[in-house]
Amino acid sequence: MLIKIGRPNDVKSSEITPQSVFMDRRRFMMAAAAGVGLASVSLPGGAPAAKFEGVVKGPFGTDEEQTPFEDVTRYNNFYELGTGKGDPARNAAGLKTRPWSIAVGGQVAKPGTYDFDDLVKPHMLEERVYRLRCVEAWSMVVPWVGFPLGDVIKRLEPTSKARYVAFQTLHDPEQMPGQRRAVIEWPYVEGLRLDEAMHPLAILAVGMYGEMMPNQNGAPIRLVVPWKYGFKSIKSIVRMDLVEHMPPTAWNKQAPREYGFYSNVNPTVDHPRWSQRTERRIGEFLRRETLMFNGYAEEVASLYAGMDLAKNY
Amino acid sequence: MGPFMGRAAKPVVFILCLLPLAWLAWRATSGGLGANPIEATNRYLGDWGLRFLLMVLAVTPFAGLSGWKGVFRVRRMLGLFAFTYVLLHLTSYVVLDHFFSWRDIWADIVKRNFITVGMVNVVLLTPLAATSTNAMVRRLGARRWRMVHRLVYVIGILGVVHFYMMVKADVREPLVYAAILALLLGWRVAAAWRRRRGRRPAASARP
Repeated sequence: MLIKIGRPNDVKSSEITPQSVFMDRRRFMMAAAAGVGLASVSLPGGAPAAKFEGVVKGPFGTDEEQTPFEDVTRYNNFYELGTGKGDPARNAAGLKTRPWSIAVGGQVAKPGTYDFDDLVKPHMLEERVYRLRCVEAWSMVVPWVGFPLGDVIKRLEPTSKARYVAFQTLHDPEQMPGQRRAVIEWPYVEGLRLDEAMHPLAILAVGMYGEMMPNQNGAPIRLVVPWKYGFKSIKSIVRMDLVEHMPPTAWNKQAPREYGFYSNVNPTVDHPRWSQRTERRIGEFLRRETLMFNGYAEEVASLYAGMDLAKNY
Repeated sequence: MGPFMGRAAKPVVFILCLLPLAWLAWRATSGGLGANPIEATNRYLGDWGLRFLLMVLAVTPFAGLSGWKGVFRVRRMLGLFAFTYVLLHLTSYVVLDHFFSWRDIWADIVKRNFITVGMVNVVLLTPLAATSTNAMVRRLGARRWRMVHRLVYVIGILGVVHFYMMVKADVREPLVYAAILALLLGWRVAAAWRRRRGRRPAASARP
């Protein structure tokens, strides 16, 4: 067990993407194919999968110490694969992530069902080292591999009526044993306001630690919105709709008093079960003070100007 | 069961009651507690506090069903182990989870209902542990002592409630504890019912 004494939060965002590197389809496909090959062998806890090539360093990265890969892949909240923290790693092998497609609908000029590779192909993969803050008051630092969600949405050409984005996780109790019981209402759904979704911090991640996304972390494609509690970052996405009205979200349906639509990390607004003032960074002994918007206030606070964040929790 | 078994029972049970602690120590030193060892330790100690409470409550039904009264001789020890594990659970919460941050702990007690319930339970358990000696039984007198120790029923219920309220969505495990508790308390209600019914014909037989 590694015990470190927490240090004060002195986060520096690193420089903007150094250069544009074009990532060709073939290279990505090779990584994807290798990923399938590995995924069919059971990987307890997620052993190293295929490495991505040509991933560039993205903006907003923190230089805080990254949480060990073993912890990020063995301590998961992914109820589709079981409610225990270790269940997702144990049940990961049953999830088939290729072929994979994402249905896009609602207020867009280009609706349709997109193959995973076709959706990802046009985008340059970036590494984004983000803090992840769970609503249960623990946190991690994860180097994601992905691309801005906003770039995808732009390509889909939202109509003027689009105001929110609704996401949905795969619903397949065969592959996801956690869905055989209605612990929460399946399928898992999440949503963002369109301006939140367009914010450059919000990404769709297809990997982490330079590798293909392990199944227990939401393979093959998941959302990462680092200024919100972890449950907003929906995993294993199969559907995306641009909609006019605020879409329902899974945990809000489960317990509306506990989980709001916005669920921005906010140390001053307590959850009924946990104080949100402090958090335990995985691997550390002392708790740290939780930062407003998980330390991304400079980037996102303006999205919520004039809003009562205690009411819109 | 010879007299030797009778004499060996207490030390054997004592050792058995320490095994969960030994297992925890082994896992803690071998890195077996996972990514969040503090949470794992806290949950584990709470689990065992609740299990020992249920074991104490199982003594009377067990004696009634099996007819073996010897089990009463370890009841006090089981009760004190329940208290010990609950205290360790509280200690891990104060020391490991919050490292003496009294401000956060107080905020938890006031605002977090499941923590309020847990704290009340520690307060309720303390007089039971304090009056567990033979000298205290004599001092209070058997009747008053028994009245005080009926608190254990409330403590058992609050223990399960504490667990149930803590869980986010998957309440299967707390419900298992609740079902066991319901059986143990239900057995007592049924036994009291039977006793009363058994007395009634005798009463009506009086002239």
